[in-house]
Amino acid sequence: MNDFLTLMKPELVITGIIFLLLFIKLGKGLKNETMLLVIQVLLLLNFLAGFFFNAEGTLFDGMYLTTNMIVLQKNILSLGVYLISLLFADWFKKSEHMPEFFMLMLSALLGMFFLISSGNLLMFFLALELSTIPVAAMANFDLDKKRSSEAAMKMILSSAFSSGILLFGISLIYGATGTISFAELPQQLNGSPLQILALIFLFSAFAFKLSIVPFHLWTADVYEGSPMAVTSFLSVISKGAVAFIFMATLYKVFQPMHAIWYNLVMILSIATMIIGNLFALRQQNIKRFLAFSSIAQVGFILLGISSNSIQGTTSVVYFILIYVFSNLAAFGVAAAIAAKAGRENIDDYKGLYQTNPFLSWVLALALFSLAGIPPTAGFFGKLFLLTAGASKGSYLFIIIAALNMIISLYYYLRVIRSVFMDKNDEPLDKIKIEPSAKLGLMICAAGIVLVGLLSWIYDYIQNLV
Amino acid sequence: MIEPGLYHMLFISTTLFFIGVYGFFTRRNLVTMLMSVELILNSVNLNFIAFNKYLWYDKMDGLFFTIFIIAIAAAEAAVAIAIIINLYRSHKSIDVENAEDLKY
Repeated sequence: MNDFLTLMKPELVITGIIFLLLFIKLGKGLKNETMLLVIQVLLLLNFLAGFFFNAEGTLFDGMYLTTNMIVLQKNILSLGVYLISLLFADWFKKSEHMPEFFMLMLSALLGMFFLISSGNLLMFFLALELSTIPVAAMANFDLDKKRSSEAAMKMILSSAFSSGILLFGISLIYGATGTISFAELPQQLNGSPLQILALIFLFSAFAFKLSIVPFHLWTADVYEGSPMAVTSFLSVISKGAVAFIFMATLYKVFQPMHAIWYNLVMILSIATMIIGNLFALRQQNIKRFLAFSSIAQVGFILLGISSNSIQGTTSVVYFILIYVFSNLAAFGVAAAIAAKAGRENIDDYKGLYQTNPFLSWVLALALFSLAGIPPTAGFFGKLFLLTAGASKGSYLFIIIAALNMIISLYYYLRVIRSVFMDKNDEPLDKIKIEPSAKLGLMICAAGIVLVGLLSWIYDYIQNLV
Repeated sequence: MIEPGLYHMLFISTTLFFIGVYGFFTRRNLVTMLMSVELILNSVNLNFIAFNKYLWYDKMDGLFFTIFIIAIAAAEAAVAIAIIINLYRSHKSIDVENAEDLKY
């Protein structure tokens, strides 16, 4: 019983918050402002609670497992959700059904926690569904907007299709090995053709969720149509969780078939980086632009995963921590501008610096970090990913990745140029930022600078692997 | 009369899977696309049951998996239909060709 309480603590806390929100909503109901404050405090407590009373072990005959590394990954996701609740305060206050939105978001987060902790393909499948179905409902949250419902339709259909493919892969694995437990699978895998087919099916389901290139087509549409809070949740939290479990599955379960998946990861990583970058070059809408840039970032995450080493795990977790800060900062600025001025086009950002220096600097920091320019943390994240990938010795792969970083500089700097250098006779008015959004942006900016400078963070992650 | 074996079951389930995939890619009506996904899920169920019966008859994993897939498929269909109804309200149609605001 005690084991149950300590090992499953993150999930229990989230479940508690969901029920609390439900009861507050059912009761007399609070005003939106007070409600949002309550939720922000609860999410902050949830994030802080992640640091205490942690234990390692397994539950339910190995179906649920947790280690210090998994606890850290959950903390990163909790931090991201807390930042989302701060950054999009404007939109939340206007929303009619805010508590329901957070209930859906926390259900998805709960699914991601179980996903990271899963030790069995059945648990894995259930958690993956729990983490995607609420997000599809969230994408539809702007009920009166045509684009929102179109985005939700694209999201639910593609995720249903990808879970069908995933299940077919799982059924083939069950047929070939007779087990669905992560602990027993490695002994049964020997690289027979049926198992390779199953691996490819499973891989394509992961590729759908991570929007790796041949399966990325839904990404930009869903990102553009959904409300900004959902877009950032999808691109940061959901992607991070799937990247964690993807890495764990490849490293632990499919370790015997390493030679096969290495080639898959390498080819898809190159394709993802190139296509993501080339499409990002021509985007005008800031959300679409960030969607393609996040596709390109996934290419780099794959590069780190391909290394199949402790260094690989460390660099991917470290990179995702930085990615949470930088991508959320970029989305936060875009949301502040979209909420007050109703503009989402990059051309409208011309001369932003003349009127809104704070937003401009945060956006510049975030984009520098995404591009990987030295003083920011993004540089260190990319550097560690490249070194981890280079340890396998295929230097052509690393050279292509480095060239892609140069292409990506072009489009990130294009936005920064239009913010800082382009003169505009009618720049956007001075935007009044919500206090909590300002706090969120400051946390993100501090994170972008500090995570790179404090070297003990990397060592800390490395010691947990 | 041939006794049906694992190969027959796998043939049926794989055919069903690809009929579902074909339907998903060619049909333009959202409800039919959802039905195609259900076909895929049912082919997976058949796979699990067949493997459980013919190869791993001392285990229960496949049967449990099937039960969970049926439950999840219902949940997924419920959310999908809610979304489709909302799409119908805003677009006055459930044809995917009409929902094309978001493009390159």
